[in-house]
Amino acid sequence: MSELTDLGVKAIRDGVAGGSFTAREVAEAFNAAVAEAADLNAFIVTTPDHALAAADAADAKRARGEDLGIMGGVPIGMKDLFATRGVQTTAASHILEGFTPQYESTVSQKLWDAGAGMLGKLNLDQFAMGSSNETSYFGNVSSPWKKNGTNAAMSPGGSSGGSSSAVAARIAPAATGTDTGGSIRQPAAFTGICGIKPTYGRCSRWGVVAFASSLDQAGPMARSVEDCAIMLEAMAGFDPKDATSLKLDVPQWEAGLSADLKGKKIGIPKEYRMDGTDEAILKSWEQGKEWLRDAGAEIVDISLPHTKYALPAYYIVAPAEASSNLARYDGVRYGLRDLPDGAGLQDMYAATRAAGFGDEVKRRILIGTYVLSAGFYDAYYTQAQKIRTLVSQDFEQAFGQCDAILAPTTPTASFPLGSLNEDPLTMYLNDVFAVPASLAGLPAMSVPAMVNDDGLPLGLQIVGKPFDEQGVLNTGLAIQQRAGFDAQPDKWW
Amino acid sequence: MESRKTMSNYRIQGATGEWEVVIGLEVHAQVTSNAKLFSGASTAFGAEPNTQVSLVDAAMPGMLPVPNRECIRQAVRTGMAIEAQINRWSRFDRKNYFYADLPQGYQISQLYHPLVGEGQLLIDADEKAGIPEDKVIGIERIHVEQDAGKLMHDQHPTMSYVDLNRSGVALMEIVSMPDMRSPAEAGAYVRKLRSILRYVGSCDGNMEEGSMRADVNVSVRKPGGELGTRTETKNVNSVRFVMQVIEYEANRQVDVIENGGSVDQETRLFDPGTGTTRTMRSKEDAHDYRYFPDPDLLPLELEDSFLEECRASLPELPDAKRKRYESELGLTPYNARELTAEVETFARFETLLAATAAKIGKSEAKVATQVANWALSVAPGVVKSLGDEADMANATAAAQASILAMQDKGEISGGQAKEIYEIVLKDGGEPETIADEKGLKQVSDTGAIEAAIEEILANNEDKVEQYRGGKDKLFGFFVGQTMKAMQGKANPAVVNQILKDKLG
Repeated sequence: MSELTDLGVKAIRDGVAGGSFTAREVAEAFNAAVAEAADLNAFIVTTPDHALAAADAADAKRARGEDLGIMGGVPIGMKDLFATRGVQTTAASHILEGFTPQYESTVSQKLWDAGAGMLGKLNLDQFAMGSSNETSYFGNVSSPWKKNGTNAAMSPGGSSGGSSSAVAARIAPAATGTDTGGSIRQPAAFTGICGIKPTYGRCSRWGVVAFASSLDQAGPMARSVEDCAIMLEAMAGFDPKDATSLKLDVPQWEAGLSADLKGKKIGIPKEYRMDGTDEAILKSWEQGKEWLRDAGAEIVDISLPHTKYALPAYYIVAPAEASSNLARYDGVRYGLRDLPDGAGLQDMYAATRAAGFGDEVKRRILIGTYVLSAGFYDAYYTQAQKIRTLVSQDFEQAFGQCDAILAPTTPTASFPLGSLNEDPLTMYLNDVFAVPASLAGLPAMSVPAMVNDDGLPLGLQIVGKPFDEQGVLNTGLAIQQRAGFDAQPDKWW
Repeated sequence: MESRKTMSNYRIQGATGEWEVVIGLEVHAQVTSNAKLFSGASTAFGAEPNTQVSLVDAAMPGMLPVPNRECIRQAVRTGMAIEAQINRWSRFDRKNYFYADLPQGYQISQLYHPLVGEGQLLIDADEKAGIPEDKVIGIERIHVEQDAGKLMHDQHPTMSYVDLNRSGVALMEIVSMPDMRSPAEAGAYVRKLRSILRYVGSCDGNMEEGSMRADVNVSVRKPGGELGTRTETKNVNSVRFVMQVIEYEANRQVDVIENGGSVDQETRLFDPGTGTTRTMRSKEDAHDYRYFPDPDLLPLELEDSFLEECRASLPELPDAKRKRYESELGLTPYNARELTAEVETFARFETLLAATAAKIGKSEAKVATQVANWALSVAPGVVKSLGDEADMANATAAAQASILAMQDKGEISGGQAKEIYEIVLKDGGEPETIADEKGLKQVSDTGAIEAAIEEILANNEDKVEQYRGGKDKLFGFFVGQTMKAMQGKANPAVVNQILKDKLG
């Protein structure tokens, strides 16, 4: 039998339920793997006791013949953007260092209710702002992957870089992520795993530290499409505590999985063929079309004419919301307080926020404050909202011609940590293919396609119609079955 | 609107002539609801600091606002009560600024798309106060927003404490047009608005507890001239203070202008101790609030059924009630206005009116004037004369209706009614029993009265002759003698009737 840590969500759940092994054995195996993997810096805190307690509860339920839940006995990693009761929740920031919520986010609670346990809180880009996991106050996260013939630490992507690194390194079978402008899909692509951002409103935002409220969505990251389907089913659902939550029943995505795409049309957006996109990426895209044709789908050309405006619009809307959302971190009620001698309220704000936020967070607060200021609001924020509407309309029209859209997830494969730090704009370009679906609130997934000549994974992105996670998952499954992606990073940690 | 142009005669006499004052008010009214605007926390006044604070109110990481339907309902009903346009589509915006009493770092308010659009409110003519005729004051909008917490500076020598009990409580900001021209009009506006809010039940109107406070915008101009630069005096919490602010600000502005200066557009604070205002912040220091639509909240879309329910739940409002009191109950305009000014007053009146009409067995219209006089003048007089001796728990509608019924039947006189009510208020008890036991009843027994009158006429034959000879005024003498003989307890109407019969 293979190692327990090689197993994914479905295999663990079914194995525990079927008595092949106990949930405690699984939790212990992953706890040990986590403890060994400090070099990845994927976790900010580990919570082995939480994982064990959930495992014991699952084993006890099995002994009593009770239903274990759809995540029964599966230990997972929790992105440290989700508030977890009694466990430090930092958003990878200094300003929230030591903050321990008295409450549990809706999504994490749903996962515990479904039988999952927590291995620890996963590192991320600070306040989910970043595409390389280099903005965390708690240090960079390394990808388990290395570029062939080099030993440089590679980026696991961001902001859910702790999640992608942990799942790719098999120190967690699955992890939560959040996606504001690609923060699930880009790290998934960089590390050769799957990740789905559902339709905006599917997963409650209650208890998730906010970055950009109109864009933030939680989703699962795992090594297979099936595992994503299972975990998303556990995470999703209407929440009266989130006014933007969708009042829809959660479909049985796992049961609905089918790789048969006969009668489906897959759109190929011509505007995604951009300058600066790797040849290997373009090759994987071509390959993706072939796989989907093979699965029975018809490939159609579509146009999303406002694509090139999406990224600039995103970098107005998201920072604008962030500048306001992060105003609550002021040193008054919780988190860091820096009160210099003789300081007044304004001095305390300035000192606390100067010390508590990292450079990228400050940059986005400044951008957001600027674009909302009197005299600039119409030129930036209002225009960006108009573009957002146009981008959404592009998709609406495209979905008149196709059922789902296939595109690359990222313009390049992963890059060495530190290599893009000089130029934030180049870094922002990482999300150029991911951002349009975020602006439109659409379900979108990245699945691994192949490794490039450097031995680094490349992902393909599927964007679906609103609420059609099933179509996205099914398309992903068709790719997964044909890609046969089984590359693994060599263990160096 | 024609009546909006009614000229007030209020003028500031400056060195360069007369000045007209232009006033607009932004009234912040706390919405009556058990829970806050976006959280389930309680809104009760006077709780220990920080005991009514939810995770949302304290702006903990990841917390989200969810609109409280009852607060929206109350604001919609208020809008309907001022005949305003209700916007079926409205939206919440964030007003961003940093302050220690503002946990989120922004206030959720409605700048761009308020819940309630234009409406109006009628202030009543009051000759004595300098309001010669009824006047319509325009209302620009009502929007809904969160209140902030409260800083306490007197709890520690060097630190300020924060109480978040108020944080997130729902407020309606009711913005008038600049339609008022005198302190009296502004005072009447606030009183009328307060009355409507209390009728509707959307705000308790308690200005002392801060449930209602006004930002007062004042400017001066030569009568009918171009609008001057306005100042805004914040958080004024009584009608009297609103009027003081206007008086002070108008005179101050005239002084500034006449001394060659210009009025700064600025925010000012009122000092109730001195009755003056002072600069809080100038235009240069004005915040850039960076308003933008709150991305945590979807636009508010109101359904027909919701609006219908709001409308159906509205009570009869002061103006309509006043008209009905005059037309259906036949009350004088003065009585109608007095009785409808406050919720408590009309509620007591209507209860007593119903009880009295039932007790007597006549229609409400038939007994309304009697009840109105009792409620507005007789009963308050008795209460006042008793002072602390009055136990208002005894002032039941049933007891008062009994007294009024006895009076209506002629069993007791007006004086006896007062005496009986005094006893009721002091000691309790059934008015009928009191009347019997204390002998506080008029004699309507014609036999007894006839006997007394016959004796008086027999003893005063000369006066009877004079009366019959044309000296009509002597009738009063006979009445007086009869009442005296009856020890004041004879029913005057019966006495009059018998005397007229006997004297021929």
